Amino acid sequence: MDQTKRLERLLERYRNGDIDRRGFLGLLGAAGLGAGLAGGPMALMARHARAADPAQVRFDGWGGVVSEAFREYAFQPYTEKTGIEVVDGTFGGADEYLARVKASQPGEFNIAHLSGVFDYARYHGLDLSTTLNEDNIPNLDLVITTLQEPFRKITGGNLSAVPYDYGTTGIAYNRKHVSDDEAKAQGADLLVNPDFKGKIGGWGEWKTRIWYAALQTGQDPNNIQDMDAVWEKLREHRALLLKYWNSGAELMSLLAEEEIYVTEAWSGRVKALQEQGHDIGYLDPPGGLAWQECLFVIKGSPMEACEELLNFMLEPEVAIAVAEGQNYPPALDPNKVDLPESVTSLPAFDPTGTLESLNFFDPDYWNSNEQEWSKTFGRVQKGY
Amino acid sequence: MTAITSRLAGFDRRPWVLLSPALLSVTLLLVIPALFIVVYSFWLRTATGADQVTFSLANWREVLTDPFYRDILIQTLRIAALSTITCALVGYIPAYYIAYAPTRHKTLLLVLLMLPFWVSYIIRTMSWINILGVSGAVNSALLWAGLIDEPIQMLYNEATVILGLVHFLLPFMILNIYVSLDGIDRSLTDAARSLGCTGWQAFKEVTLPLSVPGLAAGSLLCFVLGAGTYITPMVLGGPGDAMFANLVFEAIVTQLNWPLGSALSLLLLALLSALVLVYSRFLGIDQIAKSFR
Repeated sequence: MDQTKRLERLLERYRNGDIDRRGFLGLLGAAGLGAGLAGGPMALMARHARAADPAQVRFDGWGGVVSEAFREYAFQPYTEKTGIEVVDGTFGGADEYLARVKASQPGEFNIAHLSGVFDYARYHGLDLSTTLNEDNIPNLDLVITTLQEPFRKITGGNLSAVPYDYGTTGIAYNRKHVSDDEAKAQGADLLVNPDFKGKIGGWGEWKTRIWYAALQTGQDPNNIQDMDAVWEKLREHRALLLKYWNSGAELMSLLAEEEIYVTEAWSGRVKALQEQGHDIGYLDPPGGLAWQECLFVIKGSPMEACEELLNFMLEPEVAIAVAEGQNYPPALDPNKVDLPESVTSLPAFDPTGTLESLNFFDPDYWNSNEQEWSKTFGRVQKGY
Repeated sequence: MTAITSRLAGFDRRPWVLLSPALLSVTLLLVIPALFIVVYSFWLRTATGADQVTFSLANWREVLTDPFYRDILIQTLRIAALSTITCALVGYIPAYYIAYAPTRHKTLLLVLLMLPFWVSYIIRTMSWINILGVSGAVNSALLWAGLIDEPIQMLYNEATVILGLVHFLLPFMILNIYVSLDGIDRSLTDAARSLGCTGWQAFKEVTLPLSVPGLAAGSLLCFVLGAGTYITPMVLGGPGDAMFANLVFEAIVTQLNWPLGSALSLLLLALLSALVLVYSRFLGIDQIAKSFR
């Protein structure tokens, strides 16, 4: 008997005069307490049931227009065809999401729209990866091979995720205060130009900060030789900074409100600002940072149901709609799929499909330094 | 044996029965999770981010000896103290006004005081961006009035963090002081006046001392809440305005170092508990209850 039925029956007994008011309230309280105490374990059991029951697949993404596109173009047709419901969740950041996954039961989270190769390696390192049966994902053939290779390298030739989109973290600048020529001439050094003291923003994320500090000290970000110079450059950057921003929404607000004039920024977010009419320029400086996003299947998930959903999400119609929504090029190979102008005009789009002009994090290198560098950056960020 | 039986016979079980749901809830939802955190603090984080089950004092050694954590802790306590003092100074007058307002106005004023709780704390904090930002209401008004030529940079510093905290904490302070003031027997001030006190002297000698329990309870509450916040410095602070809870957030979420994050959160918990003990020793914890009598 479920809790609602139990309470209805209790109310009926009270109305019939079988129990007095005090007894009714006492039993009601006890039922409430029982529900509270049993709720946690019952929820856990439900999670196990969900994991085993492919009637439902949970997808977690960044929310907003991207989720809307997924819902309309992928989830609904997928549910109509398979009868499997897609539970659509969101997260604010990859780190926050990983903390939630780490605290969860196997099968509670199924597919996530994760950032980059770095996160793929982290999930694999935490034993959260799976092995996809690629025969169940025929649309994977349409995906740029270069984007798949780093994943395969990490998981022994197999895939635990399908690449989905890519973009760059370049430099955004307010054209009222910085000309395009000036930005191009200064490149990464624009972010540490003392003329803009108090008007510079920076993403409070250790990898991006260190990447740009490496460029500013003339080093290869994937093979840094002088780390002391990098930390010193980060201190220099901090002294000029108005604020470390923590989300795309905050980045857009700071740029749009002209609280800051220069910052590194995500190509899609700047494109969105430009579409809103803000005179914001965007530059991928030499050695600038590119990244890719993937749809990662987490250990304990119903694999076939997830693979089928991934195939739906890689349908060109879906991937193009999502790309238009989030302003990042899809992982579809332009040599195999006819992409519309709305996609080919996106910042960071590579018409060759080779991505040779873009620079990605070397996951082995960055993961091997993650523990030390993320901690040290946390201190530098606070003035130490 | 007879003595034990007679003592048991005289033992009143009713308070324990009545308290048992609350005790059970506190045990299950607070004490046991806190014990998990204690256990975690002795574990270690591996290079991949996974937890290593062991017994190590490394995290505790780090948080207790590293000057980085000490400095941020001192900064946290300073910001919390400044916010609390500001709340006390700013909050006393409205609390006094509400307590002495006619009954028909009092209800409305109390509802207005509770109104901010209907809006999310994060939204309330972010609203300052629209007020104090470069394109915000204050700068727009000053520019429109011709008082400034270009916007003033008001956001993202320690002052705005304190402002955000005062905005968040002020209703707690006002409510505590109000409850205390409302409980004061009005005839005491009348007696003081009839014995020759001026209005100010009657306030200083009678009303203020009698409202100290509410002021102290409000201060304790504001300080503890203020010292444990991380949203306000994240939204309204600059690069140098991190508070201790931000370190816990970073350790747990960004660095995925739950053992270190556990040690940090326990340190903050221990410090704030010590503060409550000091308060109890010098003012008596029962003073908090008195303010609600």
